Amino acid sequence: MSPYSASDYRDQLLQTLVLAGLASLWEVSSRAGWVHPFLLPPLSDVLVRLFTDMQSGAVFVDLGLTLYRALTGFMIAAMLAVPLGLLMARRRGVQWFFDPLISIGFPMPKIAFVPIFILWFDIYDTSKVIMITFSCFFPIVTATYSGTSQIDKWPLWSARSLGATESQLLREIILPLASPAILTGLQIALPVGMITTIVTEMLMGGSGVGGAMIAAGRFADSVGVFAGIIEIAILGMVVIRGLDWLRARMLVWHPENRSY
Amino acid sequence: MAGSDIPSVSEEDRGSSVVVLAALCVRYLPLAIMLAVWELVGRSGLVSQQMLPGIGAIAAAFLDLLQSGELIVNAWRSLSRAATGLGLAVLIGMAVGLLMATRPMFRTFINPLVRILYPMPKSALIPLVMIWFGLGDASKIFLIFLGCLLPVIVSAYNGARGVNPFIIWSASSLGASKDEILREIILPAALPDILSGCRTALAFSFILMVSSEFVIAKDGLGFLIGSLGDGGNYPAMFAVILSVAGTGFVADRLFGSFASHRLRWKEQA
Repeated sequence: MSPYSASDYRDQLLQTLVLAGLASLWEVSSRAGWVHPFLLPPLSDVLVRLFTDMQSGAVFVDLGLTLYRALTGFMIAAMLAVPLGLLMARRRGVQWFFDPLISIGFPMPKIAFVPIFILWFDIYDTSKVIMITFSCFFPIVTATYSGTSQIDKWPLWSARSLGATESQLLREIILPLASPAILTGLQIALPVGMITTIVTEMLMGGSGVGGAMIAAGRFADSVGVFAGIIEIAILGMVVIRGLDWLRARMLVWHPENRSY
Repeated sequence: MAGSDIPSVSEEDRGSSVVVLAALCVRYLPLAIMLAVWELVGRSGLVSQQMLPGIGAIAAAFLDLLQSGELIVNAWRSLSRAATGLGLAVLIGMAVGLLMATRPMFRTFINPLVRILYPMPKSALIPLVMIWFGLGDASKIFLIFLGCLLPVIVSAYNGARGVNPFIIWSASSLGASKDEILREIILPAALPDILSGCRTALAFSFILMVSSEFVIAKDGLGFLIGSLGDGGNYPAMFAVILSVAGTGFVADRLFGSFASHRLRWKEQA
Protein backbone atom coordinates (compact mmCIF):
# COMPACT_ATOMS: atom_id res chain seq x y z
CA MET A 1 0.00 0.00 0.00
CA SER A 2 2.70 2.45 -0.97
CA PRO A 3 1.32 5.98 -1.27
CA TYR A 4 2.14 5.94 -4.96
CA SER A 5 1.39 3.51 -7.67
CA ALA A 6 3.89 3.33 -10.49
CA SER A 7 2.32 5.39 -13.24
CA ASP A 8 4.47 4.45 -16.19
CA TYR A 9 7.93 3.36 -17.15
CA ARG A 10 9.09 6.71 -18.54
CA ASP A 11 8.07 8.50 -15.39
CA GLN A 12 10.01 5.98 -13.29
CA LEU A 13 13.07 6.55 -15.44
CA LEU A 14 12.75 10.34 -15.08
CA GLN A 15 12.41 10.01 -11.33
CA THR A 16 15.55 7.89 -11.16
CA LEU A 17 17.33 10.55 -13.20
CA VAL A 18 16.13 13.23 -10.77
CA LEU A 19 17.59 11.21 -7.90
CA ALA A 20 20.87 10.74 -9.74
CA GLY A 21 20.92 14.48 -10.45
CA LEU A 22 20.37 15.30 -6.77
CA ALA A 23 23.10 12.88 -5.74
CA SER A 24 25.58 14.50 -8.14
CA LEU A 25 24.50 17.96 -6.99
CA TRP A 26 25.24 16.86 -3.41
CA GLU A 27 28.69 15.56 -4.41
CA VAL A 28 29.60 18.59 -6.53
CA SER A 29 28.33 21.27 -4.15
CA SER A 30 30.41 19.89 -1.34
CA ARG A 31 33.52 19.13 -3.44
CA ALA A 32 33.42 22.59 -5.03
CA GLY A 33 33.09 24.20 -1.62
CA TRP A 34 29.64 25.77 -2.20
CA VAL A 35 28.64 24.20 1.08
CA HIS A 36 31.07 23.64 3.92
CA PRO A 37 32.10 19.94 3.80
CA PHE A 38 31.47 19.67 7.54
CA LEU A 39 27.81 20.58 7.07
CA LEU A 40 27.41 18.43 3.97
CA PRO A 41 30.25 15.95 3.49
CA PRO A 42 30.60 14.66 -0.09
CA LEU A 43 28.34 11.72 -0.86
CA SER A 44 31.34 9.65 -1.96
CA ASP A 45 32.98 10.09 1.46
CA VAL A 46 29.79 8.92 3.14
CA LEU A 47 29.56 5.89 0.86
CA VAL A 48 33.22 5.04 1.48
CA ARG A 49 32.56 5.22 5.23
CA LEU A 50 29.53 2.97 4.82
CA PHE A 51 31.64 0.52 2.86
CA THR A 52 34.49 0.37 5.40
CA ASP A 53 31.97 -0.01 8.23
CA MET A 54 30.37 -2.82 6.30
CA GLN A 55 33.75 -4.53 5.94
CA SER A 56 34.44 -4.21 9.65
CA GLY A 57 30.92 -5.45 10.34
CA ALA A 58 29.98 -2.43 12.49
CA VAL A 59 27.05 -1.56 10.22
CA PHE A 60 25.55 -5.01 10.55
CA VAL A 61 25.93 -5.07 14.33
CA ASP A 62 24.21 -1.69 14.65
CA LEU A 63 21.49 -2.44 12.12
CA GLY A 64 20.92 -5.87 13.64
CA LEU A 65 20.55 -4.46 17.16
CA THR A 66 18.20 -1.71 16.02
CA LEU A 67 16.11 -4.11 13.99
CA TYR A 68 16.00 -6.63 16.83
CA ARG A 69 14.82 -4.02 19.34
CA ALA A 70 12.28 -2.47 17.00
CA LEU A 71 10.76 -5.76 15.87
CA THR A 72 10.72 -7.33 19.34
CA GLY A 73 8.88 -4.34 20.79
CA PHE A 74 6.56 -4.17 17.81
CA MET A 75 5.68 -7.87 17.96
CA ILE A 76 5.09 -7.90 21.70
CA ALA A 77 2.80 -4.91 21.22
CA ALA A 78 0.93 -6.73 18.45
CA MET A 79 0.57 -9.87 20.56
CA LEU A 80 -0.93 -7.88 23.43
CA ALA A 81 -2.91 -5.30 21.48
CA VAL A 82 -4.68 -7.47 18.89
CA PRO A 83 -6.31 -9.84 21.44
CA LEU A 84 -7.21 -6.90 23.66
CA GLY A 85 -8.79 -5.03 20.74
CA LEU A 86 -10.78 -8.13 19.76
CA LEU A 87 -11.95 -8.65 23.35
CA MET A 88 -12.94 -5.00 23.66
CA ALA A 89 -15.10 -5.30 20.58
CA ARG A 90 -16.70 -8.56 21.76
CA ARG A 91 -17.07 -8.15 25.55
CA ARG A 92 -18.86 -5.17 27.05
CA GLY A 93 -17.03 -5.40 30.37
CA VAL A 94 -13.60 -5.33 28.76
CA GLN A 95 -14.68 -2.46 26.56
CA TRP A 96 -16.00 -0.52 29.57
CA PHE A 97 -12.72 -0.86 31.43
CA PHE A 98 -10.21 -0.27 28.64
CA ASP A 99 -11.97 2.16 26.34
CA PRO A 100 -11.40 5.32 28.43
CA LEU A 101 -7.82 4.30 29.22
CA ILE A 102 -6.99 3.69 25.59
CA SER A 103 -8.78 6.70 24.18
CA ILE A 104 -6.77 8.83 26.59
CA GLY A 105 -3.51 6.97 25.99
CA PHE A 106 -3.78 6.93 22.20
CA PRO A 107 -3.13 10.63 21.45
CA MET A 108 -0.49 11.11 24.17
CA PRO A 109 3.12 11.59 23.06
CA LYS A 110 4.42 8.33 24.55
CA ILE A 111 8.02 9.30 23.98
CA ALA A 112 7.78 11.64 26.98
CA PHE A 113 7.65 8.55 29.22
CA VAL A 114 11.19 7.42 28.30
CA PRO A 115 12.72 8.80 31.55
CA ILE A 116 10.17 6.85 33.59
CA PHE A 117 11.11 3.63 31.82
CA ILE A 118 14.79 4.42 32.38
CA LEU A 119 14.01 4.90 36.06
CA TRP A 120 12.09 1.64 36.28
CA PHE A 121 14.00 -0.69 33.97
CA ASP A 122 17.45 0.89 33.63
CA ILE A 123 18.99 1.67 30.26
CA TYR A 124 19.49 -1.73 28.67
CA ASP A 125 17.48 -3.63 26.09
CA THR A 126 14.60 -4.40 28.47
CA SER A 127 13.68 -0.79 28.91
CA LYS A 128 14.15 0.00 25.20
CA VAL A 129 11.91 -2.88 24.17
CA ILE A 130 9.26 -2.00 26.78
CA MET A 131 9.27 1.62 25.58
CA ILE A 132 8.86 0.50 21.96
CA THR A 133 6.06 -1.88 22.95
CA PHE A 134 4.35 0.91 24.86
CA SER A 135 4.39 3.28 21.88
CA CYS A 136 3.27 0.65 19.34
CA PHE A 137 0.50 -0.70 21.57
CA PHE A 138 -2.05 2.10 21.30
CA PRO A 139 -2.36 2.44 17.50
CA ILE A 140 -2.74 -1.35 17.16
CA VAL A 141 -5.36 -1.76 19.88
CA THR A 142 -7.33 1.25 18.61
CA ALA A 143 -7.36 -0.01 15.01
CA THR A 144 -8.22 -3.59 16.05
CA TYR A 145 -11.03 -2.44 18.30
CA SER A 146 -12.63 -0.07 15.80
CA GLY A 147 -12.12 -2.51 12.91
CA THR A 148 -13.64 -5.41 14.82
CA SER A 149 -16.61 -3.44 16.09
CA GLN A 150 -17.41 -2.24 12.58
CA ILE A 151 -17.52 -5.63 10.86
CA ASP A 152 -20.67 -6.62 9.05
CA LYS A 153 -23.22 -8.27 11.36
CA TRP A 154 -24.78 -10.51 8.67
CA PRO A 155 -21.95 -13.01 8.23
CA LEU A 156 -21.74 -13.27 12.03
CA TRP A 157 -25.45 -13.96 12.40
CA SER A 158 -25.48 -16.42 9.50
CA ALA A 159 -22.54 -18.37 10.91
CA ARG A 160 -24.08 -18.42 14.35
CA SER A 161 -27.44 -19.61 13.01
CA LEU A 162 -25.56 -22.37 11.19
CA GLY A 163 -24.21 -23.48 14.56
CA ALA A 164 -20.71 -22.02 14.64
CA THR A 165 -19.05 -21.97 18.06
CA GLU A 166 -17.45 -18.81 19.50
CA SER A 167 -13.95 -19.94 18.55
CA GLN A 168 -15.08 -20.83 15.01
CA LEU A 169 -16.72 -17.40 14.72
CA LEU A 170 -13.46 -15.78 15.81
CA ARG A 171 -11.28 -17.79 13.46
CA GLU A 172 -13.50 -17.98 10.40
CA ILE A 173 -15.45 -14.71 10.46
CA ILE A 174 -14.17 -12.08 12.85
CA LEU A 175 -10.42 -12.31 12.27
CA PRO A 176 -10.59 -12.36 8.46
CA LEU A 177 -13.09 -9.49 8.34
CA ALA A 178 -11.13 -7.41 10.85
CA SER A 179 -7.71 -8.19 9.36
CA PRO A 180 -7.54 -5.17 7.00
CA ALA A 181 -8.10 -2.83 9.97
CA ILE A 182 -5.65 -4.75 12.15
CA LEU A 183 -2.99 -4.55 9.44
CA THR A 184 -3.63 -0.83 9.07
CA GLY A 185 -3.04 -0.50 12.81
CA LEU A 186 0.24 -2.39 12.46
CA GLN A 187 1.22 -0.14 9.56
CA ILE A 188 0.61 2.94 11.72
CA ALA A 189 2.47 1.44 14.67
CA LEU A 190 5.61 0.33 12.84
CA PRO A 191 6.92 3.81 11.87
CA VAL A 192 6.13 5.03 15.39
CA GLY A 193 8.08 2.06 16.73
CA MET A 194 11.04 2.90 14.48
CA ILE A 195 11.08 6.53 15.65
CA THR A 196 10.93 5.36 19.26
CA THR A 197 13.72 2.82 18.73
CA ILE A 198 16.06 5.47 17.36
CA VAL A 199 15.25 7.93 20.16
CA THR A 200 15.67 5.35 22.92
CA GLU A 201 19.01 4.34 21.41
CA MET A 202 20.10 7.97 21.28
CA LEU A 203 19.13 8.50 24.91
CA MET A 204 20.28 5.22 26.43
CA GLY A 205 23.24 4.34 24.21
CA GLY A 206 24.28 0.71 23.92
CA SER A 207 25.07 0.50 20.19
CA GLY A 208 22.39 0.35 17.55
CA VAL A 209 22.19 2.89 14.73
CA GLY A 210 20.72 5.60 16.99
CA GLY A 211 23.51 5.20 19.53
CA ALA A 212 26.20 5.21 16.84
CA MET A 213 24.75 8.35 15.26
CA ILE A 214 24.51 10.35 18.44
CA ALA A 215 28.11 9.38 19.25
CA ALA A 216 29.15 10.55 15.78
CA GLY A 217 27.22 13.79 16.33
CA ARG A 218 28.92 14.44 19.67
CA PHE A 219 32.36 13.89 18.11
CA ALA A 220 31.44 16.27 15.26
CA ASP A 221 31.90 13.39 12.81
CA SER A 222 29.45 14.53 10.17
CA VAL A 223 30.40 11.74 7.74
CA GLY A 224 29.35 9.26 10.44
CA VAL A 225 26.06 11.09 10.97
CA PHE A 226 25.24 10.96 7.28
CA ALA A 227 26.24 7.29 7.08
CA GLY A 228 23.82 6.62 9.97
CA ILE A 229 21.03 8.53 8.23
CA ILE A 230 21.49 6.43 5.09
CA GLU A 231 21.49 3.20 7.14
CA ILE A 232 18.30 4.19 8.94
CA ALA A 233 16.61 5.36 5.75
CA ILE A 234 17.30 1.98 4.16
CA LEU A 235 16.23 0.07 7.28
CA GLY A 236 13.01 2.11 7.56
CA MET A 237 12.21 1.53 3.91
CA VAL A 238 12.88 -2.21 4.17
CA VAL A 239 10.67 -2.82 7.22
CA ILE A 240 7.84 -0.63 5.94
CA ARG A 241 7.94 -2.22 2.47
CA GLY A 242 8.11 -5.60 4.19
CA LEU A 243 4.90 -4.91 6.06
CA ASP A 244 3.23 -3.63 2.85
CA TRP A 245 4.24 -6.89 1.18
CA LEU A 246 2.89 -8.91 4.09
CA ARG A 247 -0.42 -7.04 3.86
CA ALA A 248 -0.70 -7.77 0.15
CA ARG A 249 0.02 -11.45 0.79
CA MET A 250 -2.34 -11.82 3.71
CA LEU A 251 -5.15 -9.98 1.98
CA VAL A 252 -4.88 -11.56 -1.48
CA TRP A 253 -8.57 -12.36 -1.22
CA HIS A 254 -9.52 -8.79 -0.38
CA PRO A 255 -10.93 -6.40 -3.03
CA GLU A 256 -8.10 -3.90 -2.32
CA ASN A 257 -5.70 -6.32 -4.06
CA ARG A 258 -7.90 -7.04 -7.03
CA SER A 259 -6.06 -6.31 -10.25
CA TYR A 260 -8.14 -5.23 -13.18
CA MET B 1 -11.95 7.16 16.72
CA ALA B 2 -12.49 4.56 19.37
CA GLY B 3 -14.91 5.41 22.09
CA SER B 4 -15.65 9.07 21.59
CA ASP B 5 -19.27 8.27 22.42
CA ILE B 6 -20.79 8.24 25.85
CA PRO B 7 -22.50 4.90 26.66
CA SER B 8 -26.01 4.58 25.34
CA VAL B 9 -28.30 7.26 26.72
CA SER B 10 -31.80 6.69 25.38
CA GLU B 11 -33.68 9.48 23.58
CA GLU B 12 -36.12 10.41 26.35
CA ASP B 13 -33.36 10.59 28.95
CA ARG B 14 -31.18 12.89 26.94
CA GLY B 15 -32.59 16.04 28.52
CA SER B 16 -31.76 14.92 32.01
CA SER B 17 -28.32 16.10 33.02
CA VAL B 18 -28.25 13.73 35.99
CA VAL B 19 -28.35 10.75 33.65
CA VAL B 20 -25.62 12.21 31.48
CA LEU B 21 -23.51 12.85 34.54
CA ALA B 22 -24.05 9.30 35.75
CA ALA B 23 -23.08 7.94 32.33
CA LEU B 24 -19.91 10.04 32.40
CA CYS B 25 -19.07 8.69 35.86
CA VAL B 26 -19.55 5.11 34.70
CA ARG B 27 -17.47 5.82 31.62
CA TYR B 28 -14.53 7.32 33.47
CA LEU B 29 -14.66 5.02 36.50
CA PRO B 30 -11.82 2.85 35.09
CA LEU B 31 -9.53 5.89 35.17
CA ALA B 32 -10.37 6.46 38.82
CA ILE B 33 -9.69 2.77 39.49
CA MET B 34 -6.28 3.01 37.84
CA LEU B 35 -5.40 6.11 39.86
CA ALA B 36 -6.50 4.35 43.04
CA VAL B 37 -4.34 1.32 42.19
CA TRP B 38 -1.41 3.66 41.54
CA GLU B 39 -1.87 5.34 44.92
CA LEU B 40 -2.33 2.01 46.74
CA VAL B 41 0.75 0.42 45.18
CA GLY B 42 2.77 3.43 46.32
CA ARG B 43 1.30 3.44 49.84
CA SER B 44 1.66 -0.32 50.35
CA GLY B 45 5.41 -0.09 49.93
CA LEU B 46 5.50 -2.74 47.18
CA VAL B 47 7.32 -0.20 45.03
CA SER B 48 9.50 2.50 46.52
CA GLN B 49 8.18 6.08 46.56
CA GLN B 50 11.23 6.97 44.45
CA MET B 51 10.08 4.73 41.62
CA LEU B 52 6.42 5.61 41.81
CA PRO B 53 5.71 8.88 43.60
CA GLY B 54 2.22 9.20 45.04
CA ILE B 55 -0.41 11.25 43.26
CA GLY B 56 -0.39 13.82 46.05
CA ALA B 57 3.37 14.32 45.75
CA ILE B 58 3.09 14.70 41.97
CA ALA B 59 0.28 17.25 42.31
CA ALA B 60 2.29 19.23 44.86
CA ALA B 61 5.34 19.18 42.57
CA PHE B 62 3.12 20.31 39.68
CA LEU B 63 1.86 23.30 41.67
CA ASP B 64 5.43 24.19 42.69
CA LEU B 65 6.56 24.10 39.06
CA LEU B 66 3.60 26.26 38.08
CA GLN B 67 4.31 28.82 40.80
CA SER B 68 8.02 29.04 40.09
CA GLY B 69 7.13 29.64 36.44
CA GLU B 70 9.51 26.89 35.30
CA LEU B 71 6.74 24.86 33.72
CA ILE B 72 5.15 27.82 31.93
CA VAL B 73 8.42 29.18 30.53
CA ASN B 74 9.59 25.81 29.24
CA ALA B 75 6.17 24.86 27.91
CA TRP B 76 6.05 28.14 26.00
CA ARG B 77 9.50 27.49 24.50
CA SER B 78 8.53 23.95 23.47
CA LEU B 79 5.06 24.66 22.19
CA SER B 80 6.14 27.70 20.19
CA ARG B 81 8.75 25.54 18.44
CA ALA B 82 6.24 22.79 17.74
CA ALA B 83 3.65 25.29 16.50
CA THR B 84 6.15 27.05 14.19
CA GLY B 85 7.40 23.79 12.70
CA LEU B 86 3.93 22.33 12.34
CA GLY B 87 2.45 25.54 10.89
CA LEU B 88 5.17 25.81 8.25
CA ALA B 89 4.81 22.12 7.45
CA VAL B 90 1.04 22.39 6.97
CA LEU B 91 1.30 25.44 4.68
CA ILE B 92 4.18 24.15 2.56
CA GLY B 93 3.06 20.52 2.65
CA MET B 94 -0.42 21.38 1.38
CA ALA B 95 1.01 23.50 -1.44
CA VAL B 96 3.51 20.79 -2.45
CA GLY B 97 0.93 18.01 -2.27
CA LEU B 98 -1.63 19.90 -4.33
CA LEU B 99 0.99 20.91 -6.91
CA MET B 100 2.16 17.30 -7.16
CA ALA B 101 -1.39 16.21 -7.91
CA THR B 102 -2.03 18.91 -10.51
CA ARG B 103 1.36 19.39 -12.21
CA PRO B 104 2.94 16.17 -13.55
CA MET B 105 6.38 17.74 -14.01
CA PHE B 106 6.42 18.92 -10.42
CA ARG B 107 5.42 15.46 -9.27
CA THR B 108 8.28 13.88 -11.19
CA PHE B 109 10.76 16.11 -9.38
CA ILE B 110 9.36 15.88 -5.87
CA ASN B 111 8.17 12.28 -5.81
CA PRO B 112 11.64 10.66 -5.54
CA LEU B 113 12.43 12.82 -2.49
CA VAL B 114 9.10 12.02 -0.88
CA ARG B 115 9.60 8.32 -1.45
CA ILE B 116 12.97 8.39 0.25
CA LEU B 117 12.03 10.64 3.15
CA TYR B 118 8.54 9.29 3.87
CA PRO B 119 9.48 5.91 5.41
CA MET B 120 12.54 7.27 7.22
CA PRO B 121 12.19 7.60 11.00
CA LYS B 122 12.61 11.37 11.34
CA SER B 123 14.23 11.09 14.76
CA ALA B 124 17.32 9.89 12.90
CA LEU B 125 17.80 13.48 11.79
CA ILE B 126 18.37 14.77 15.34
CA PRO B 127 22.20 14.55 15.11
CA LEU B 128 22.05 16.15 11.66
CA VAL B 129 20.04 19.19 12.74
CA MET B 130 22.41 19.45 15.70
CA ILE B 131 25.33 19.74 13.27
CA TRP B 132 23.49 22.10 10.94
CA PHE B 133 21.75 24.46 13.34
CA GLY B 134 23.36 23.94 16.74
CA LEU B 135 21.49 23.72 20.00
CA GLY B 136 19.07 26.61 19.53
CA ASP B 137 15.50 26.88 18.31
CA ALA B 138 16.30 26.52 14.61
CA SER B 139 17.40 22.90 14.89
CA LYS B 140 14.21 21.78 16.61
CA ILE B 141 11.91 23.83 14.40
CA PHE B 142 13.56 22.39 11.30
CA LEU B 143 13.27 18.83 12.62
CA ILE B 144 9.59 19.26 13.52
CA PHE B 145 8.95 20.94 10.17
CA LEU B 146 10.54 18.07 8.24
CA GLY B 147 8.81 15.38 10.30
CA CYS B 148 5.38 16.98 9.88
CA LEU B 149 5.90 17.90 6.23
CA LEU B 150 5.82 14.37 4.80
CA PRO B 151 2.44 13.22 6.18
CA VAL B 152 0.87 16.51 5.01
CA ILE B 153 2.37 16.25 1.50
CA VAL B 154 1.30 12.63 1.08
CA SER B 155 -2.23 13.21 2.39
CA ALA B 156 -2.76 16.35 0.30
CA TYR B 157 -1.44 14.55 -2.78
CA ASN B 158 -3.59 11.47 -2.23
CA GLY B 159 -6.64 13.57 -1.46
CA ALA B 160 -6.23 15.81 -4.49
CA ARG B 161 -5.48 12.85 -6.75
CA GLY B 162 -8.65 11.08 -5.65
CA VAL B 163 -10.96 13.87 -6.86
CA ASN B 164 -13.55 12.61 -9.32
CA PRO B 165 -12.33 13.87 -12.73
CA PHE B 166 -15.91 14.32 -13.97
CA ILE B 167 -16.42 17.19 -11.51
CA ILE B 168 -13.24 18.88 -12.71
CA TRP B 169 -14.25 18.43 -16.36
CA SER B 170 -17.72 19.83 -15.67
CA ALA B 171 -16.27 22.86 -13.92
CA SER B 172 -13.79 23.58 -16.67
CA SER B 173 -16.42 23.15 -19.36
CA LEU B 174 -18.47 25.74 -17.45
CA GLY B 175 -15.49 28.10 -17.74
CA ALA B 176 -13.75 27.74 -14.39
CA SER B 177 -10.10 28.79 -14.41
CA LYS B 178 -7.34 26.56 -13.05
CA ASP B 179 -7.23 28.64 -9.88
CA GLU B 180 -10.97 28.36 -9.38
CA ILE B 181 -10.87 24.61 -9.88
CA LEU B 182 -8.11 24.32 -7.28
CA ARG B 183 -9.90 26.55 -4.78
CA GLU B 184 -13.49 25.47 -5.33
CA ILE B 185 -13.15 21.79 -6.18
CA ILE B 186 -9.82 20.16 -5.44
CA LEU B 187 -9.14 21.79 -2.08
CA PRO B 188 -12.56 21.00 -0.52
CA ALA B 189 -12.50 17.48 -1.93
CA ALA B 190 -9.03 16.84 -0.55
CA LEU B 191 -9.81 18.45 2.81
CA PRO B 192 -10.76 15.24 4.69
CA ASP B 193 -7.45 13.65 3.69
CA ILE B 194 -5.50 16.82 4.41
CA LEU B 195 -7.04 17.15 7.86
CA SER B 196 -6.26 13.55 8.75
CA GLY B 197 -2.69 14.09 7.52
CA CYS B 198 -2.48 17.19 9.71
CA ARG B 199 -3.64 15.16 12.71
CA THR B 200 -0.83 12.67 12.10
CA ALA B 201 1.53 15.61 11.75
CA LEU B 202 0.31 17.03 15.06
CA ALA B 203 1.17 13.77 16.79
CA PHE B 204 4.61 13.75 15.12
CA SER B 205 5.22 17.35 16.17
CA PHE B 206 4.84 16.39 19.83
CA ILE B 207 7.01 13.27 19.48
CA LEU B 208 9.79 15.16 17.71
CA MET B 209 9.52 18.18 20.02
CA VAL B 210 10.03 16.07 23.14
CA SER B 211 12.65 13.74 21.72
CA SER B 212 14.77 16.51 20.20
CA GLU B 213 14.64 18.35 23.51
CA PHE B 214 15.73 15.22 25.33
CA VAL B 215 18.81 14.94 23.12
CA ILE B 216 19.76 18.51 22.25
CA ALA B 217 18.44 21.38 24.29
CA LYS B 218 19.05 24.02 26.85
CA ASP B 219 15.38 24.56 27.61
CA GLY B 220 11.92 23.23 26.80
CA LEU B 221 9.77 20.53 28.34
CA GLY B 222 11.97 17.63 27.23
CA PHE B 223 15.00 19.32 28.76
CA LEU B 224 13.06 20.03 31.97
CA ILE B 225 12.05 16.35 32.25
CA GLY B 226 15.66 15.26 31.71
CA SER B 227 17.16 17.68 34.20
CA LEU B 228 14.57 16.91 36.90
CA GLY B 229 15.23 13.19 36.40
CA ASP B 230 19.01 13.68 36.57
CA GLY B 231 18.52 15.64 39.78
CA GLY B 232 16.50 12.79 41.28
CA ASN B 233 13.40 14.99 41.70
CA TYR B 234 11.06 12.24 40.55
CA PRO B 235 7.70 13.70 41.63
CA ALA B 236 8.45 16.82 39.58
CA MET B 237 9.67 14.69 36.66
CA PHE B 238 6.42 12.70 36.71
CA ALA B 239 4.47 15.97 36.90
CA VAL B 240 6.13 17.38 33.77
CA ILE B 241 5.79 14.10 31.86
CA LEU B 242 2.10 13.91 32.68
CA SER B 243 1.65 17.57 31.67
CA VAL B 244 3.29 16.87 28.30
CA ALA B 245 1.09 13.81 27.81
CA GLY B 246 -2.00 15.81 28.80
CA THR B 247 -1.10 18.67 26.47
CA GLY B 248 -0.67 16.23 23.59
CA PHE B 249 -4.02 14.68 24.38
CA VAL B 250 -5.82 18.06 24.56
CA ALA B 251 -4.19 19.27 21.33
CA ASP B 252 -5.32 16.12 19.51
CA ARG B 253 -8.87 16.42 20.82
CA LEU B 254 -9.07 20.14 19.93
CA PHE B 255 -7.84 19.41 16.43
CA GLY B 256 -10.29 16.52 16.15
CA SER B 257 -13.27 18.73 16.98
CA PHE B 258 -11.96 21.46 14.65
CA ALA B 259 -11.67 18.89 11.85
CA SER B 260 -15.15 17.48 12.35
CA HIS B 261 -16.52 21.05 12.46
CA ARG B 262 -14.82 21.85 9.14
CA LEU B 263 -16.15 18.62 7.64
CA ARG B 264 -19.72 18.96 8.90
CA TRP B 265 -20.90 19.34 5.27
CA LYS B 266 -19.67 15.85 4.57
CA GLU B 267 -22.16 12.97 4.59
CA GLN B 268 -21.60 10.59 7.46
CA ALA B 269 -20.22 7.35 6.12
